[in-house]
Parts: sequence; structure tokens; C-alpha cells
Amino acid sequence: MSSTADHIIEADKLTKRFGDFTAVDAISFKVKKGEIFGFLGANGAGKTTAIRMLIGLSRPTEGEATVAGFDVYRQADKIKENIGYMSQKFSLYEDLTVRENIRFYGGIYGLSRKKIKEQTGRIIEEVGLENSAGNLVGSLPLGWKQRLAFAVSMVHSPSIVFLDEPTGGVDPAARRQFWEMIYQASAAGRTVFVTTHYMDEAEYCDRVSIMVSGKIEALGSPAKLKEDFSASSIDEVFVQLARGGAVISD
Amino acid sequence: MPDIAIQNINHNYGSVHALQNLSFEVGKGELFGLIGPDGAGKSTLFRILTTLLVPTSGSASVAGFDVVKDYRQIRRRVGYMPGKFSLYQDLSVEENLQFFATIFGTTIQENYHLIEDIYVQLAPFKNRRAGNLSGGMKQKLALCCALIHEPEVLFLDEPTTGVDAVSRREFWEMLQRLKAQGITILVSTPYMDEASLCERVALIQEGKILSINSPAAMVKSFDKPLWAVKSDRIYQLLLDLRTFDLAERVEPFGEYLHIVGRPGISQKTILDFLKNKNHEGIKIQPAQPTIEHVFLELA
Amino acid sequence: MLWRIFSAFVKKEFYHILRDRRTLFILIGMPIVLVLLFGYVVTNEFKDASIAVLDNSRDDLSHELRQHLEASGHFHIVADLRSYGDLEGQFKTGKIKMAVVIPARFEDDFFDKKQTTVQLIADGTEPNYATTLVNYASQMILRFQQIKSGAAAAPYRVKVETRMVYNPQLRSAYNFVPGVIAMILMLISAMMTSLTIAREKETGTMDLLLVSPLPPLLIILGKVVPYTVLSFLNAVMILVMGFYVFHVPVLGSLPLLLGICLLYLAVALALGVLISTKSETQQAAMMSSLFALMLPTMLLSGFIFPIKSMPALLQHISSIIPATYFIDLLKSVMLKGNDLSFIWQPTLILTFMLVVLLGLALVSFKVRKE
Repeated sequence: MSSTADHIIEADKLTKRFGDFTAVDAISFKVKKGEIFGFLGANGAGKTTAIRMLIGLSRPTEGEATVAGFDVYRQADKIKENIGYMSQKFSLYEDLTVRENIRFYGGIYGLSRKKIKEQTGRIIEEVGLENSAGNLVGSLPLGWKQRLAFAVSMVHSPSIVFLDEPTGGVDPAARRQFWEMIYQASAAGRTVFVTTHYMDEAEYCDRVSIMVSGKIEALGSPAKLKEDFSASSIDEVFVQLARGGAVISD
Repeated sequence: MPDIAIQNINHNYGSVHALQNLSFEVGKGELFGLIGPDGAGKSTLFRILTTLLVPTSGSASVAGFDVVKDYRQIRRRVGYMPGKFSLYQDLSVEENLQFFATIFGTTIQENYHLIEDIYVQLAPFKNRRAGNLSGGMKQKLALCCALIHEPEVLFLDEPTTGVDAVSRREFWEMLQRLKAQGITILVSTPYMDEASLCERVALIQEGKILSINSPAAMVKSFDKPLWAVKSDRIYQLLLDLRTFDLAERVEPFGEYLHIVGRPGISQKTILDFLKNKNHEGIKIQPAQPTIEHVFLELA
Repeated sequence: MLWRIFSAFVKKEFYHILRDRRTLFILIGMPIVLVLLFGYVVTNEFKDASIAVLDNSRDDLSHELRQHLEASGHFHIVADLRSYGDLEGQFKTGKIKMAVVIPARFEDDFFDKKQTTVQLIADGTEPNYATTLVNYASQMILRFQQIKSGAAAAPYRVKVETRMVYNPQLRSAYNFVPGVIAMILMLISAMMTSLTIAREKETGTMDLLLVSPLPPLLIILGKVVPYTVLSFLNAVMILVMGFYVFHVPVLGSLPLLLGICLLYLAVALALGVLISTKSETQQAAMMSSLFALMLPTMLLSGFIFPIKSMPALLQHISSIIPATYFIDLLKSVMLKGNDLSFIWQPTLILTFMLVVLLGLALVSFKVRKE
């Protein structure tokens, strides 16, 4: 692979089968450094399985993939060191304070005491939690929790962050604040790989891919996809693809 | 006479004011949307209206019955689909439906006409355990179970949360058909784009109603100049526009940033400002307001 | 109509039980495992156990007693002690598991006063073994006394006094069957009902049930009846196993015994419902059941530790634990063959508990929240 320098994720015919069910069917795509990449798909389209392979939690059945230059088969441990991961389920400890959470995750990634202190200060400032750094995370509004979780997922300065439905349930203003953080991370050269159910959010991404029944059926910038499908929104593109595709979800 | 009437409802959990002085009415056969983020108080209101929770103060009636005094009457007349998937995961599709039909003293056959459209989609999986269904199918089953006793009023608490775009669309199509059968529906959602599918909506945040109107009238009430802008460096663009005098607010909206402008803003003033900041690939166009703009404006 | 709803409820409950392997194991596997475990641990056979004798009398009769003990082949006297002081060393090194202390003037007292006392001291660190040894030795001494008494009109008596060192507890070999029944019934009736109600709250299905026109009492009964049936079958199963595998007799009336089981079951179920009304999650229900029900039932009911040797405070607590009365009742009916005229008092107490708990449970079952 010649272009490793520009691409942080390269997947080539990546496949995962469970018995005779093919959850992910030979997907190939590349994600550029610093890109905001939207990974869309209906429930059960194979998104989660694909992400689990990319972050080294699940071994592919076939195909190749590298993440941050590491092979998903042989260097899963290296991948885990070099990525950040945040999902709706994986969240912070509600019964620890903001500071304690940051310290804990910093510790997990083996940051030095000095580095943790530095990061704690930076994150608290970035998320705007100066006045609540000693408060329990459980007492924060959801929007703040999500932004804090995002910042904490980058505590070890990974070159790429995976966000699995990061903005569920918050108000439009909080969602926008979250996306501003994504823009900021991207502007700083970090790659952001994000899944979402909000189709309008897909339009914030530099490029999106749409998975249907284990295959990537569309990939490109939101503007390009809308043009290709003569649709006025990504939502419409998505519905066209999913309805036209094989039976949905079940 | 309205099917749902709410007057000055307040609810406190300890020192948290979950609902503050809510009042509104939903007419018979109306499809009414309650739109707001998590923690806005939507579920609390649903629990009060379904008589699971006694409000701290204020009064409400459903189908003509008082939610506190006549709660037994209400319980026969409403269908409720809670926010979390609340069916028996270890029972099959058919067993769940059968069970809920029985406890409401009816049978699947008796009211099959109500659920037929939805149930045909579930029928291929009728022996599957509910816990093994996809998100969209779960919602459909939950809706069937809420409908099986032919309720007069249907309460749907965030039925489409966590469901993909296609299933969401199908779900809303089903709601339109139910409305056509004369069932009053109160539905809540965090998705602003679903507002336009309701006859009237209430925007709600932190226990307060921001606005109640038809979606069209609500959008029409947004009368500030709105511009969509993008450039090659979107984050820098955001930071720069925040310093722009003629911009009241700047927010990301899809591939564009939207500027809610002050009087005097125009394509030219924006372009001049951005050229000054050395932006390239600049694109500026007027934008149409949506419910989301209204919400951001009011919140 | 109500009957149809009720049977739908019970059917649903059985689906839950049959489809969850863990529940199924607790319901069926646990009683069997517990009975076998307690049964075999308690009825541990032993041979040639090392014991010490401290003979303060050293007369003919004491010599005969020593021979009598050794002749059985069960005891082997490895140390002949001179004083009490030697005892501790022998126990500490683990050389002996029991010591027989024969008092001074053993023979004289036996024939003159017709009463004397032999002390058995056992190492309580292995309680089951110690119990077995002491019981066996006691029986042998009694037998010895019978032989010596012969045809005498007024029998001579050797009183056996036992003492456990390190872990002063004592229980009878038959104790475990009543204890296990008490525990299993508490576990299944109280813990399982509180868990299953809490599960409905956790998954949100309780809301749907409450929003339906079902009377709350029906919801509770629908939950409780299946577990009542299962618990009752369990009680019968344990009794049968006790009888056939461990030869624990039922001397009293069987209907009375089953009636007592039902009464206790009802108390346990009421407790379960009460706990579930206070717990919003399965975890909370589990914790409450474990700490408020299981531990006291095991530790303070006289099942494992004798109530008489507890500190006063614990004795008071044990007097409000249903299992205390239940075990007492079971023992009375099973082992002593007593009828109701002997046991009306604990029966009445249990009935009283039932009424109070049932009332509390019904009052605290909320159809709606404030």
C-alpha cells in the first residue's frame, strides 16, 4: 500500500462471517488523515461489526485492514494504543469526579503524572468545566458529559478517534457544541471516524459511507452523494439505498 | 372537548423542577408532537398523563378523565409506549402480543384490524424472541402491544430514538394511518426533523414550553436573516465568523455554517469579511429556517 | 375474565422461568445441591480418629471406659494426658481432634451418687467432623452406662458434657434438613419473587402492567403464585430426599408438616413482595434479599449456630426471624413427632408475622408514584 502516508485507515475487502451469515461483506475504503468520516448504516447493516474489527476487538474472517499503520490481525494491541474510542455505552464513571475520570483514563493509557496533569488542565478548559472539575460526572448535563467523554477519549493524543453514536439524546445546541469539538480535533490533524443515527449530522462530515446489508453502497462527500442520488438530503440518499437494497435489518 | 388537557402542571423530583407550569391541549384525533432533548421533562409528562405519576401541582385530564382522581378510567383508555423498549425480551413476538391483549381483556383477533398493517411486517418473526429483534422491529411490536386494546389516546415516548432512518420513516407512516382512524396521538421525539410530521408541536426544554404551534407557522415565525456559508477551513471559519459584528449567532448546519444575521447583513458584507480573513473556497447562500432554527433561537 | 387474565399471567411467568437457565438452576439444581452438600458433609463417616484421654480418676471403671471407646475401632487413643494444661498443645499440633476428660472419683461417684460427668472436648475448626466425633462418643458413653447399669433398679448415670474448642458450636446431624428447607424456601420465595418484580420495573414492563386496567393485587398474585407452587414442590423434594438419602424421619403428621411449610412460604413471599416494593432494580432487590433475608436465615436462625450460644443482641434478632420458628417447628414435627398442641406458639407467631408483612406489602405496593 503506497499511500499509507496520507491514509490513516485502509480497508481492503474486509469481511466478517458468523457461521454462514456474512455480517460485513468485503468492504473497501480509505480514510484520510485529519478527515471527518461518517460511517452510516441501518440497524443491523454491519456497522458495529466493522468498527469492532477496525479497533482490534474482533478478528476479520478475510481481507486486509490497517489502522494508524498497524495491521488489524497482528497488531491489534498497537491499534488500541493509538486510537481513541467513545460510544454511548462506553461512558465515564458517573460516581467519579471530572478530574478523577481524566486521571483514571490517563492512567490506563500509561501517561506520566506530569502529562496527566497537563491533559487534565487542557481538557477541563477545552470542555469549559473550570467550575465543575471537582463535581461528580453524574451531576453534569448530558451534553457536557458527552463532550467530556470525547475529550477523555483523546487523553492519550491518538491519531484517530472512533465515535459510536456520540450525540444521542441531547438538544440541538449541545449537538452543535459537540460538532464544534469534532471540527476542532479535525483542524488539529486528528482523524474522526463517527457513526450516527441523525442523518442531518452526516452532512457535517467530510465524507460519508453508507452500509447496507454488510456492503458499502455509497461513499463520497455529502454534496457528491446528494448529487449522485438527486436527493435534497443525506436522509433521502439513505432511505433510497436502504429501501432499494435487500430486506432491511431483519 | 380536547382529548388531553393540561393546566399548570408542575412536577418536582426533590429540588429538581422537572416540569414548570405546563399548559396545553390536544384535540380529539390530533397528532401532537412534544419536541425536546433528554431531560426536558417529556417522559415525566408522559408518566403523569398515563397516571403512573402524580403531579406535584396542577391538573390534567385524558379522554375527559382526571389523571389523579379517575386514573382507573384512564388506564382502560390509553395505550402507552415507554421510552425504553418495555416488552418481555424472553417472550416471542406472538406471546408478547397475546399477553397484552389478554391483560386488557381482549384478543388479537378482536382488534386485528388496528394492527394489521404493522403486524404483517412482524408476522415472519412471530416466533422470534422479542429480545432478538432489530431496533425497528422492536418499536413496531411495542406499538402493536400499545394498540391491541383499541385505545382512544396513544402516548408514544420517543418511539424512534435509536432507530435507523428507514425504520423511523416507516414508523411515522404508521402513525399517520392511525391518526386517520381517529386515534389521538401524543408523541415525543428528540429529532427536530420529525416535527414537520405532526399537526402541532410543542418545543420543550428544561421543563418549560418554548413554543406551541403548527410546524409551518413555527418556521414562519422565524424572521431573522439566515445565511449558509462554507469555506475550505470550516473550523477556522467558525472561529472567525464568531467575531463578525453582523452575526448574531453562528452554528454548524450540515456542510455549512448558518449565520443568524443582524440588520445590514448581506452576501457582500459576509464575503468581504471572509476575504479579509483569507478564506478560500467560499460559498455563501441564503438558507431556509427549520424547526431546529426556531429551537436554537428560543433555547 | 379475571381468571383468564390470571392464567395468562401465570403462563407468562412460567415462560420466564423456563427460558432462563439461571432461574431454572436456582429453582431445581440448588435444592438438590444444597441437600447433598449438607447431607454428605454432616454424615461424614470416620474411622480410627485420634483422641486423647485425660483420666483424673485412674480407677477400674475409667480404664474400662477407655477400653470401651477404643474397642469400637472408631477411636484411637494417641495421648494419655496428665493435666488440662497438656490439652492445648495436643489440639494446636493437630494430633488429636477430641479429648475425653474423665473426672476424679469417677468410679466412686458412678456407684455411690449414681451420677457423674464425662467431658468431651473437640476441635471446632472442623465443625462437622467435630460434631460427628462428639455425637458418636456420646452415644458410646451412653451405651457404656447402660451396660454398667445392668438390671439395677435405679439406673446409674453418666452425664456427658461437651465443649468445642476454637469454634464453640454444636448441631445435630438431622439439623440440616429443616435448615435447608428454611433456606431454600426463603431463597426461592422471597429472593426470586423480589427479583422478578424488580426485573419488571427495571425493564419498564411494570409500567405497562400498571397502565393496564389490571388490579394491583392480580399483578402481585400473578407473580407470586408460580413461585409458591415451585417452592412447595421444592420443600416436598427436600423432604423426600432427606428421607430416602439421609434417613431423616418424619415422625409427626405429614399434613401438619406441609401446612407449616405453606405458612412459612407465605411469610417468605410477603417478604419478597415487600422487598420488591422498595427496590427499583434487580441488583438492589438481590442485595436486600441477601442481607435482610438469606444471611439471617442462615446464620441467626439456629440452622448453623445454636441460638443459645449467641450474644443477647443476636438472640433478640433471631427471635424476629421467621426461619427461627420454622426450623423449630420442623424439628418438632419431623424429629420429635409433636402435634399441634405442642407447637401452637411458634405457629401463632409465624401467622402473626404473615399478617403484618402481607399488610405492609400491600400498602407499599405503589400503583403510582408521587
